Amino acid sequence: MTSTTNVPPGAQNAVTFYDTDPHEHPPGQSTMLGFWLYLMSDCLIFAMLFAAWGVFGGSYAGGPRPSELFELPLVAVNTAMLLFSSITYGFAMLAADEKKQGATLGWLAITGVFGLCFLGIELYEFSNLIAEGAGPWRSAFLSSFFTLVGTHGLHVTFGIIWLVTLMVQVSRKGLIDANMRRLQCLSLFWHFLDVIWIGVFTFVYLLGVLR
Amino acid sequence: MSAPTNQHQAVEMERDAHDRGSSDHVHGGAAHGSRSSYVTGFVLSVILTAIPFGLVMSGVIGDKSVVAGICMVLAIVQIVVHMIYFLHMNRKSEAGWTLMSLIFTIIIVVIALTGSLWVMFHMNQNMMPPMNPASAAEMSDQM
Amino acid sequence: MSDTLLKTIFGRLTLESFPIHEPIILGTFIAVMLGGVALVGAITYFKLWKWLWTEWFTSVDHKKVGIMYMVLGTVMLLRGFSDAIMMRAQQAMAFGANEGYLNAHHYDQVFTAHGVIMIFFVAMPFVTGIMNYVVPLQIGARDVSFPFLNNFSFWMTAAGAVIVMASLFVGEFARTGWLAMAPLSGLDYSPDVGVDYYVWALQIAGVGTLLSGVNLIATIVKMRAPGMTMFKMPIFTWSALVTNVLIVAAFPVLTAVLAMLSLDRYVGTHFFTNTGGGNPMMYVNMIWIWGHPEVYILILPLFGVFSEVTSTFSGKRLFGYTSMVYALLVICILAYLVWLHHFFTMGSGASVNSFFGITTMIISIPTGAKIFNWLFTMYKGRIRFELPMMWTVAFMLTFVVGGMTGVLLAVPPADFQLHNSLFLVAHFHNVIIGGVLFGAFAAINYWFPKAFGFKLDPWWGKVSFWSWVVGFWVAFMPLYVLGLMGVTRRLRHFDDPSLQIWFIIAAVGAAMIAVGIAAFLIQIYVSFRDRERLRDWTGDPWDGRSLEWATSSPPPAYNFAFTPVIHDLDAYYDMKSRNAERPLTGFRDIHMPKNTGTGVILAGLSIAFGLSMIWYMWWLSALSFAGILAVSIFHTFNYDRDFHIHADEVERTEEERTRILANAAAGA
Repeated sequence: MTSTTNVPPGAQNAVTFYDTDPHEHPPGQSTMLGFWLYLMSDCLIFAMLFAAWGVFGGSYAGGPRPSELFELPLVAVNTAMLLFSSITYGFAMLAADEKKQGATLGWLAITGVFGLCFLGIELYEFSNLIAEGAGPWRSAFLSSFFTLVGTHGLHVTFGIIWLVTLMVQVSRKGLIDANMRRLQCLSLFWHFLDVIWIGVFTFVYLLGVLR
Repeated sequence: MSAPTNQHQAVEMERDAHDRGSSDHVHGGAAHGSRSSYVTGFVLSVILTAIPFGLVMSGVIGDKSVVAGICMVLAIVQIVVHMIYFLHMNRKSEAGWTLMSLIFTIIIVVIALTGSLWVMFHMNQNMMPPMNPASAAEMSDQM
Repeated sequence: MSDTLLKTIFGRLTLESFPIHEPIILGTFIAVMLGGVALVGAITYFKLWKWLWTEWFTSVDHKKVGIMYMVLGTVMLLRGFSDAIMMRAQQAMAFGANEGYLNAHHYDQVFTAHGVIMIFFVAMPFVTGIMNYVVPLQIGARDVSFPFLNNFSFWMTAAGAVIVMASLFVGEFARTGWLAMAPLSGLDYSPDVGVDYYVWALQIAGVGTLLSGVNLIATIVKMRAPGMTMFKMPIFTWSALVTNVLIVAAFPVLTAVLAMLSLDRYVGTHFFTNTGGGNPMMYVNMIWIWGHPEVYILILPLFGVFSEVTSTFSGKRLFGYTSMVYALLVICILAYLVWLHHFFTMGSGASVNSFFGITTMIISIPTGAKIFNWLFTMYKGRIRFELPMMWTVAFMLTFVVGGMTGVLLAVPPADFQLHNSLFLVAHFHNVIIGGVLFGAFAAINYWFPKAFGFKLDPWWGKVSFWSWVVGFWVAFMPLYVLGLMGVTRRLRHFDDPSLQIWFIIAAVGAAMIAVGIAAFLIQIYVSFRDRERLRDWTGDPWDGRSLEWATSSPPPAYNFAFTPVIHDLDAYYDMKSRNAERPLTGFRDIHMPKNTGTGVILAGLSIAFGLSMIWYMWWLSALSFAGILAVSIFHTFNYDRDFHIHADEVERTEEERTRILANAAAGA
């Protein structure tokens, strides 16, 4: 290839102003950073929900308190569901790195099952609370509880929808680069949900019961 | 055949600064763990979860603020464990931008959380004093 | 039809929701309908629908998206300004027995809409549009990191604007002021659709803004040309980076707070209610945690513009580039440490107020440093007073005054006198108009030739300039006086006749600004009409210093046939002084993203979702939400998102440019 740069004849170290021999930018090079930045913004939404919990968590309005409502054994089981789903997703990623499509899909399915268990238990917990008259409208404490835990649950729901979609896409197109990127993004998302849950079970459930 | 090496080298050198931004072309910039690191992270997380739950549910330590403190510290430790073993957080990822954006986010979260709690505490104290007959009478006296 | 059936289908929408009893709104509606029909008719007559759809609406090209943002901002400026004129007229006449022509119910919507529209649908689109257009060009890239997301972000912002505009004709808007403070915005005191319009318009537009923030950060971090290290980036790109960091860190707070308000209104939760343990002060606290960074989001890009303009039109490198960058970074952090100064008077006490008063005073320092750097850039430069430079000088003189009144307000005891007075209103208009708007006009006049291939007509530009600048001072200085005399904001009627003269002067100022806006629109029309006379042949009409000026005007779709290699700050100036020549051979196929209609469709579904939530048409909410999910998932099944521009087409385009450059050189 040639490029014209205006260089006096005989000069060493010609200065280039245009890259005439470019390596193609691999598509999707911004994806991981972009998704990470989005996750940071999601962190901030949760931060404000935690702030609301901090301000309202003790406002019982004469109604039921955490120690009367929270069933810690159930929360422990739920936490286990999410933690298991995190490691099974990790195994899915390892299988994907080794280009084992079947194993990847298998581990993804198991992750999805754990996620659904988590959601099921949470919905059971919510409906029990509402049936006992401790719905989100009862007091500011319950409003912030339902919103914080519910928003986390909504994120898990979207994660599962995404997981199923990706499973379909991987089974159709295989572990191509685009699908690998998507799996990595979902991986970040999924593990992040577990990070947020650490905050939830600590500051909402455990510290709530201790109040 | 390649063009004169000087020119090529110059471009390569300049490109270096740019390439540092995109580390792992094949994997799109994400680091990945190994089977053992995932398992390690998992085991650590189980321990760091079991201890707080155990402490609170058993009531073994009488002082509630101590228990609360332990729970909070272990939560932070577990978050770090997740960051390292599951999210593969390191200084190299995306030429350090991942870590930098995480640190910045943490700073903002701390400011928003502590700021809100501090402000609202003072607001409540000044603007919503606890209402009991004694203080109500006191306040109407001051009017 | 039975009542229950009607309620199920139409929610709380009834015939009464239409403004048949309000002559002013009815008149506006008819005018807008006629105008809309004329516009649609014209597009149909000239057979432009296909062109609009394929060339603009579905375009993922950052240049097209940027221009669409500017068009949206300009259109909404007219609506927001009409609200302003209405307020000025009302306040100039409503004294004593004269009640004016706007009752409270209407007036409260006018000032709320004015604020919401100006901030969210004029200033934000302008700022986003400018950053979108300029940043990829300045860093030598072909587009942003996520072109589809870019298009989607624009349409979500437009969707928010549509929802606000709909409130004018169906139902009504919020009557709470632009920040919708609780408990006034709660269900008890605002049970009607107004606040719901507000919430959904902002939540939908907010999605667009947040994604745009992620997009531009990733672009600036990942897509810079080889050799462009962080400290060789143009200063405008730096300001864009910091702005987008602020966006990503601030907008989630708005999302959370509005979501909590929605839950209060839809589910009956007790976040911001007076009962049930709720605390309205938490709303104020949270909304301003977003609100203060927001104003920096508005101004920082324009600081970047002023840096570029000052440097270019003084013919000198920007003075103190490094300190300018550090000033931006310091402002970024400090922006999160001052928010309480918006509610000193709410009662947090001396220690809290002192802390935030001090941080507020500190944050004025980096801005002051910037002003000095601009002045030092001008010093001993060869200054050319083209329109962008005129706007910049006007900014310096105007904004500094606004900044000073801001520091005055930062002193809590002073703020206790001036909070929510017209002094405050004058202060923030001083900095927003003097900073954001003057900067937007500087940017428009500066980069218009790049975008369209011809300059804006200078004569009409000067008419607009003088009308705006004089008009602004005439309109807002009286407000400082009134504020110091104790006049509260958001009032529609006054009893003290001695105040009237000030309001009349302010109204005159508003009329002058109206002339300025008209002149701006005429300027655009005349420039299009006379474009051959104003043509920019070389792509570098101002002797610019950054990479965007290295392309043709307008640039080709791919921006750069070959990615530039950077050696120094002011990369294009460096290229010019070292006689760099464009490569004329060796072109390759260029990889480009395809257009897509998904953004438009998702935004349309979002409008349906927002409106259905506002009117309690739950069946439509469920349907549109499912639609959004379905379309999004469907979109991800499309892996075929790009195409290539063939090397010969690139060659033809570049040869055309070479020819034009040669002609320009010969003819000059």
